Amino acid sequence: MFRILRKDVFSPTVKRFTIQAPEIAKKAGPDQFIVLRIDEKGERIPLTISDSDPEKGTIATVFQEVGKTTIQLGGLKQGDSIQDVVGPLGTPAHIENYGTVVCVGGGVGIAVLPPVVKALKNKGNKVITILGARTKDLLILEEDLKKISDELLIVTDDGSYGTKGLVTNELERLVKESVKIDLVIAIGPPVMMRAVSNLTKNYSIGTLVSLNSIMVDGTGMCGACRVTVGGKTRFACVDGPEFNAHDVDFDELIKRLAMYKEDEKLAMEYYKTHQQEHHHSCC
Amino acid sequence: MSETTKPKKEKLPRQTMPHQNPMVRRRNFDEVAIGYTEELALSEATRCIQCKNPTCIPGCPVEIDIKGFIHLIAEKKYVEAAHLIKEKSFLPAVCGRVCPQEDQCEKVCVIAKKQMPVAIGRLERFVADYEASHGETILPKLPPSTGKKIAVAGAGPSGLTVAGDLIKLGHKVTVFEALHEPGGVLVYGIPEFRLPKAIVKREVDFLKKLGVEFKLNYVIGKIKTVDELLGVDGYDAVFLGNGAGLPKFMGIPGENLNGVYSANEYLTRVNLMKAYKFPEYDTPIIKGRRVAVVGGGNVAMDAVRTASRLGAEEAMIIYRRSEEEMPARKEEVENAHEEGVIFKNLTNPVRIIGNDKGWASALECLKMELGAPDESGRRSPVPIKGSEFQVPVDVVIIAIGTSAQPLIAASAKGMEVNKRGYIVVDEETGKTTKEGVYAGGDIVTGAATVILAMGAGRKAAKAMHEYVMKK
Repeated sequence: MFRILRKDVFSPTVKRFTIQAPEIAKKAGPDQFIVLRIDEKGERIPLTISDSDPEKGTIATVFQEVGKTTIQLGGLKQGDSIQDVVGPLGTPAHIENYGTVVCVGGGVGIAVLPPVVKALKNKGNKVITILGARTKDLLILEEDLKKISDELLIVTDDGSYGTKGLVTNELERLVKESVKIDLVIAIGPPVMMRAVSNLTKNYSIGTLVSLNSIMVDGTGMCGACRVTVGGKTRFACVDGPEFNAHDVDFDELIKRLAMYKEDEKLAMEYYKTHQQEHHHSCC
Repeated sequence: MSETTKPKKEKLPRQTMPHQNPMVRRRNFDEVAIGYTEELALSEATRCIQCKNPTCIPGCPVEIDIKGFIHLIAEKKYVEAAHLIKEKSFLPAVCGRVCPQEDQCEKVCVIAKKQMPVAIGRLERFVADYEASHGETILPKLPPSTGKKIAVAGAGPSGLTVAGDLIKLGHKVTVFEALHEPGGVLVYGIPEFRLPKAIVKREVDFLKKLGVEFKLNYVIGKIKTVDELLGVDGYDAVFLGNGAGLPKFMGIPGENLNGVYSANEYLTRVNLMKAYKFPEYDTPIIKGRRVAVVGGGNVAMDAVRTASRLGAEEAMIIYRRSEEEMPARKEEVENAHEEGVIFKNLTNPVRIIGNDKGWASALECLKMELGAPDESGRRSPVPIKGSEFQVPVDVVIIAIGTSAQPLIAASAKGMEVNKRGYIVVDEETGKTTKEGVYAGGDIVTGAATVILAMGAGRKAAKAMHEYVMKK
């Protein structure tokens, strides 16, 4: 069992857990992930490690409530436990001194950025961070990233905070203002990563993305997470999650992520009715 | 009985195993074979002629005293029979169900020259189940501790065997398992209807009672390297039984369409994650109406029969050779036939066609004919030009084998792997090229059987014992 030592509520649907997992904390690198299963009947879902503290023996992960499992997870409280946590999985992000790196984070993907930005800074890079959210309330980790980035730019879809627009607008503005960009790292919803990738392809700027495929075991055994990269099938769990953006077939990824849409609805309905029953029997 | 005149030497036929009715079982996950009753087991046991030089024993990869345990059955000493088997195998209830006895002990049974061999597997299963249901599982006495620590990576058949053998010799044993449940392929791969998971749990619990420690959710190669196990963690020897790992795909267009699974994923969702009980269990699975399974091995049979149980109207096997060449056990192929599985043999898929939403909708295949034998000795399939045809499908499962999982090997400096990534070992001892590290099972041989992995574990355990005692 893995205890939740701390729960931060960033927004009604975005939460961060700090989890006691000393052995994982010792090994976790930037862009690595865990697979967790809440309880006996739970499914296994991958979540990125957003922070790790080897001294305290903790890891942190940020998630957005989008379906049955993440909603159930979000309902857990400080002091509760998660039955299974396995990690660190995936290959850590490849970090070197590139020069100037623009880190683009969208939605809950922003949570993955702090360890990446820190590692980039440690290697002597200049880091410009662009954060995008639908609306002000959904923007997370602004302060954390402000502290560690050289420059922080914020956009919201509805203009409720920062500049109104999309992350690609800001990125294109930088390019047009002749800011020298040696590398772009984009982590967020696949639609955002695809848009960033299309943009940087036009300007021939090297771009890395972190892919959030559906996984079961997370160790290469099942192949659920396969993506087409450079015309070849790769497994996001062991070959990634980081890939060269310009080689990724995002359309395929987006379709694959929607594979269980109908089942997700069913699972949600089932969960709601059974929660009600549970409440009744409690009262 | 009806016989009034008794011939001098009446030959009793091999006792058939009661099965669930095929038309019923094809839609449920209960075990297919119901198991011998005591009467059937007794009758079958009398068919064993107790040869002076039994050939069945060397025919078993772990050399179970087959003659001995069948003799005990004939004397109605069922629990004793189970204990005798357990001297050599920790997993009799598993092996009695999934071993290919027809290629091993039963193949070399002396009476098989003239009649059907003794049903050794069914008898093994009978005594193991009898022992379990009569609550008479006794623990062997353990010798005093040797003070030696053994690490085992992977809680599948080979790892469990190593753990059992070495704990019995007085060593401290820790098994590291990547998944959340021990058992390896016994829990994620082999379906409930062929091997109920409660049985695997029973066998694992037995090892726990003996003192084996299980660390779940532990991926050796990620959370810990092999070098760390031997170094800072102070293990005296390490056994690697992490399995073959990565599923192979065909490399044809359309394999990443929605509705296309590797057999590993399909079976893991259903067996380990219990997707057949969705939404009570959270893991979903696409239940196709027309499901095509590509391959002709045991895994393909497991997958296609699972598809039928999930409600497929057409559950099909697509195999490029003829049924004769199928690597699956005959018994499983027969079971599949009985359950209404459609066999499209001499058929090779060339591409998977998708609809506009990215879902598989048809499998385009070529008809094949058999040519000259290839290096495996089987006649090789040759495509018939211009014979393309389409099979409408909504789920495709690729069951054409696996390749080596690279995580562990990469974490053991100086350990040699062959060009396909499998660990190089000395066949008799399982010793790798790295001191203190032994390996066995699918990560050495490539995908094989439960009992062969157990046999490899047995040999490695013996060598590891000698190694740590000399240390």
